[in-house]
Amino acid sequence: MTSPALRDRPSTSTYRPGCVAAALPARAGIGLKPQHFLAVLDTRPNIGFFEVHAENYMVDGGPFHHYLGRIREDYPLSLHGVGLSIGSEGPLDEAHLDQLAILIARYDPVSFSEHLAWSTHGAFFNDLLPVPYDCATLARVCEHIDRVQERLKRPMLLENPSTYVEFTASTMSEARFLRNILQQTGCGLLLDVNNAYVSCVNHGRDALAFINDLPLDAVDEIHLAGFSSDQDAAGAPLLIDSHDTPVDSAVWALYAEVIERLGPMPTLLERDNDVPPLSALLAEAQRAQDLMHKAATLKPADVVEWSCV
Amino acid sequence: MTPARACSQAEFAAALLDPALPCPPGIVAWNASDPTPRLAVYRNNVVRSLIDAIAETFPVVQALVGVTFFRAMASVFVRQAPPRSRILVHYGEEFPKFIEQFAPASRLPYLADVALLEMARVRAYHAADARPLTRQAMSLALPCEDRVGELCFFCHPSVAVIRSPYAVASLWSAHQVDGDIGAVDLFAGEAALVVRENLDVLVLRLPPGTADFVIAIQQGTCLGDAAGMAKAASAQFDLTATLALLISHGALTSVHLPGKTLS
Repeated sequence: MTSPALRDRPSTSTYRPGCVAAALPARAGIGLKPQHFLAVLDTRPNIGFFEVHAENYMVDGGPFHHYLGRIREDYPLSLHGVGLSIGSEGPLDEAHLDQLAILIARYDPVSFSEHLAWSTHGAFFNDLLPVPYDCATLARVCEHIDRVQERLKRPMLLENPSTYVEFTASTMSEARFLRNILQQTGCGLLLDVNNAYVSCVNHGRDALAFINDLPLDAVDEIHLAGFSSDQDAAGAPLLIDSHDTPVDSAVWALYAEVIERLGPMPTLLERDNDVPPLSALLAEAQRAQDLMHKAATLKPADVVEWSCV
Repeated sequence: MTPARACSQAEFAAALLDPALPCPPGIVAWNASDPTPRLAVYRNNVVRSLIDAIAETFPVVQALVGVTFFRAMASVFVRQAPPRSRILVHYGEEFPKFIEQFAPASRLPYLADVALLEMARVRAYHAADARPLTRQAMSLALPCEDRVGELCFFCHPSVAVIRSPYAVASLWSAHQVDGDIGAVDLFAGEAALVVRENLDVLVLRLPPGTADFVIAIQQGTCLGDAAGMAKAASAQFDLTATLALLISHGALTSVHLPGKTLS
């Protein structure tokens, strides 16, 4: 299937963040949690955007829609799917795509993103499960992303996964796999720096080298989150993308490097478990904002040099 | 790495829910260590997140049996009946029935009904929005007095009635702020109305006969017949008080005479 020209990619090695139409603001944002609805409306925090999990709002009515509708009036919104199962061996669930289209029509989010993962096989597993990086999977994922973009009439962003196992069937690196998807579908990259770090530690790789190998000119959003630590059978570190702790210093350091190269980027602080008070999330967002400010003063953000990837 | 057959998603999925199954073929670790503990991260993510989803919907059931028992019971449930929908707020519809048949919980015969009530609350929370019937609209409908008995109502989409031979509404209330479990007579059967008023889901203990009335109205029975059924269920049934209760909490959305819309 040929991809429609959904997005004009810069053909030179210079990319200007912010010049793509309908982009999230190049600021820090946070995930909108129901326990913070009232605090957000009362305090109207100075934040770049909010992100919500699409599936939580696939309900008929009630408080979730009430509060999201009010908050959306004042803030840009990023819609982040966690259940589309783009990496699934089976076909995409058209009814789920319909529900996404309804949400997009209702809330007009600036951006829609999903994961390079699968989560359904008859049952829904509520987790982001890994795929082998081979040609058959590449073709299938591209076909699914083409369908998503065609149905939703907009380019989507694809998030790099955190993984705990690898497949003997893989014939390419994760970075090459992602690059191929982006080239073939025109979708953008949601660079989850925590996922990059978690996966690289889990698979004995260098995280900065991995990030450098990604098509960074296609990054439209960054995610930051916390992980928890375990060990594998050989005692090697095994990090778990748990979203229940503050961002780790190693991930902040990687983020600072990325931002120094990319300039300010829409950056989401994710916290899905053990959610702290709103003020704690805003403090983490402020730290990302400060790093962006520092990076912007180091180097003009409008001209960034790129190595060709 | 040598290209090899990837384990299918069917094999991976089966291994997720059954910890007794070996790690599927084609799964490796960079340091050649046994990949089983790595697969266990996925197994744990799946089962724990689904138990968490169940715990979020059934907090009073959890309080009644304790966290350890609850999570053990829910882990059996999630492996036996993983969600079919990707919309997790609906997950748990089958949990009350599961509890009813879960032998280790058989000493708490009211538990399944408490679960029914909690599921109804979540359904009510996310139910469609609808403008409640006002007293004004109701009084506009009333003048055609000779035909009052023919009036039909639509209930708010959030409305549900839970009837139990146990004191489910009182048990539920006892676990809210300022609740007092000591005051609950477990074996006094109760009927509860679940309704979302504005943005809050209420659990109201219904007087005798009222549950029969609401269920009849919900099924499209006209006012006169529904009141007759309620009276037959309990001589104490009070129609005026019942209508006042339903209207004041937004449980009715419109009233009409069959063939003619009044509001």
